[in-house]
Amino acid sequence: MSLLEVRDLRVRFETPLGTLRAVDGISFDLEEGETLGLVGESGSGKSVSILAIMGLVPTPPGVVEAGAIRFRGQELTALAPSRLRALRGKDLAMIFQDPMTCLNPLLTIGLQLSEVLEVHLGLSRREGLKCAAAALGEVGIPEPEGSLACYPHEFSGGMRQRVMIAMALLCRPAVLFADEPTTALDVTIQAQILELLVNLQRDHGTAIVLVTHDLGVVAGRADRVQVMYAGRLVESAPTTPLFETPLHPYTRGLLASVPRLDREPESTLASIDGQPPDLLAPPGGCAFAPRCSLAVEACREATPELESPMDGRLVACPRHAETPVENPAEGAAS
Amino acid sequence: MTSDERPLLVARNLTKHFRGRDGSVVRAVDGVDLTLERGEALALVGESGCGKSTTARMLVGLHPPTSGSILLDGVEVAHLDARGWLPLRHRVQMVFQDPYSSLDPRQTVGSILAEPLTIHGLGKPRERRLRALALLELVGLDPRCVNRYPHEFSGGQRQRIGIARALTLEPDLLVLDEPVSALDVSIQAQVINLLARLRDRFGLTYLFIAHDLAVVRQLCDRIAVMYLGRVVETAPCRELFKDPRHPYTRALLSAVPIPDPAIEGQRQRIVLQGDVPSPSHPPTGCAFHPRCPEREQVGDRCVTERPELLELAKNGDPLGDPRCSACHLST
Repeated sequence: MSLLEVRDLRVRFETPLGTLRAVDGISFDLEEGETLGLVGESGSGKSVSILAIMGLVPTPPGVVEAGAIRFRGQELTALAPSRLRALRGKDLAMIFQDPMTCLNPLLTIGLQLSEVLEVHLGLSRREGLKCAAAALGEVGIPEPEGSLACYPHEFSGGMRQRVMIAMALLCRPAVLFADEPTTALDVTIQAQILELLVNLQRDHGTAIVLVTHDLGVVAGRADRVQVMYAGRLVESAPTTPLFETPLHPYTRGLLASVPRLDREPESTLASIDGQPPDLLAPPGGCAFAPRCSLAVEACREATPELESPMDGRLVACPRHAETPVENPAEGAAS
Repeated sequence: MTSDERPLLVARNLTKHFRGRDGSVVRAVDGVDLTLERGEALALVGESGCGKSTTARMLVGLHPPTSGSILLDGVEVAHLDARGWLPLRHRVQMVFQDPYSSLDPRQTVGSILAEPLTIHGLGKPRERRLRALALLELVGLDPRCVNRYPHEFSGGQRQRIGIARALTLEPDLLVLDEPVSALDVSIQAQVINLLARLRDRFGLTYLFIAHDLAVVRQLCDRIAVMYLGRVVETAPCRELFKDPRHPYTRALLSAVPIPDPAIEGQRQRIVLQGDVPSPSHPPTGCAFHPRCPEREQVGDRCVTERPELLELAKNGDPLGDPRCSACHLST
């Protein structure tokens, strides 16, 4: 049994313009202590997927349907809201791109951290504040005791991100969902925060689902990577093989279109022509087909299912073997 | 000096101080020297709050500098107001980061693209219309979209419109403030290629403001690194990425993640401690000294004396382009 099992998760939003299928049937497992990278571009459904697992998609307008979301074998979709609340923040924690979405600007940092421990672990305010100070020290906040009386606005963006991480890890969760945790930060601060996450994971064995659009961020930290496009998983593989021999045409295109700091640039950067599909009116068949150089008529008719061409790898493209898997840097320029 | 040899733009000792809410002086830009040669693409990079966008805004006349000089093709423009800029405006144009807020939602694309011509009294309505159609084609959009409104376009398409608008008056210099930062990777690559193509075709000069160094490497010839309101290093791109000299540049480069697990696994990363100090209370001496991993090698001089941006000795390559660093270690 995996730590977290997700089966056929679907999320749609009923909008005035029609039904928007943000997540269109994704399944995956997360093992204890693993770091899973979930990558994709805006609108690919990566954030909505984890919000749905956490039970945080507002309904309405959202509608969540799932075959199963099991945490340690326990079905979360059938859980009463109060039971889910008890899990959330304790066993399942989440950090966001913008710390101000989860920190209350009107309460001191100490009170907000202590509250988590009081609610979930039944600590007193005094014990809570003591643990909060220790947690702030652990994430590298200078003068943790003194910081307890500070308000969120008194911290810089990087420091607020640390406070949020401290808060998420207070109850030693089994799973940490990190939704673009460093996207709003400068690279030198990003390096600090990612190092912090790696160290905390090593010390506590937390499994991390790292949601990001930055392939560089997952390359250094994830054990396994899942690529999403238009609400579906298109590829899943251990990190090194995924970067060395990407199978899905979208993954290949994505890797080729990232400018590289460590290489002399080609005169033209490879790019993927066209736009991601409109999720209110998705194309029939494979959503990537209109932008795909390998697409044939059949791709536009049936949506390809994930298949496993080799051990540990999944790809949703029946034509992935049609061209030799080449080095992405040499991919065709448009 | 003939006008062809003269640099297109020279900024000297440019400063911009804002008054903070608590009455303190925020030194957003604190003595910046920049030279832009004709036809080159210069990147101005640095982290949030380093003053790169404020510098760009001064160079196009959107912020009056507190002091300093800006020579645009030999003409002093630092203290011109909007009316003084009007006859020069066609030479310098700007592309903004956010393609959502920088286009008027109530104008059609055709009208947005023709507006600069209207303001400058150029052409007849029909000619302006034709120019708008040609511009759309130039940036890879369907000219049939000319009557649509900005909200009908995706982020990448809107950025193309922003670029087209900047090209309406056939400028010499484009100041691009983070033009691809808001775009997804696959769309970002399209816009980078478009910018490279336009530069080749029209011989444009670019000042490219960015925080993404990999994008800079793809597009630019030369790079100036800013930290807390000052330029700390300038070098041709190919040299800077191979051999960064300033300790801040080294840390910055080492912090950029590389999408290759084999490389990431072996990298020795310089993780800087602490945050960027506040520009209203900059550290004494070298502004980078509280975070500098190499400060020990120099000692007190870093705390007491501000290093000037000085030209470095050319290592065995007397014809190489000059590079400069503002660090006591390199002098």
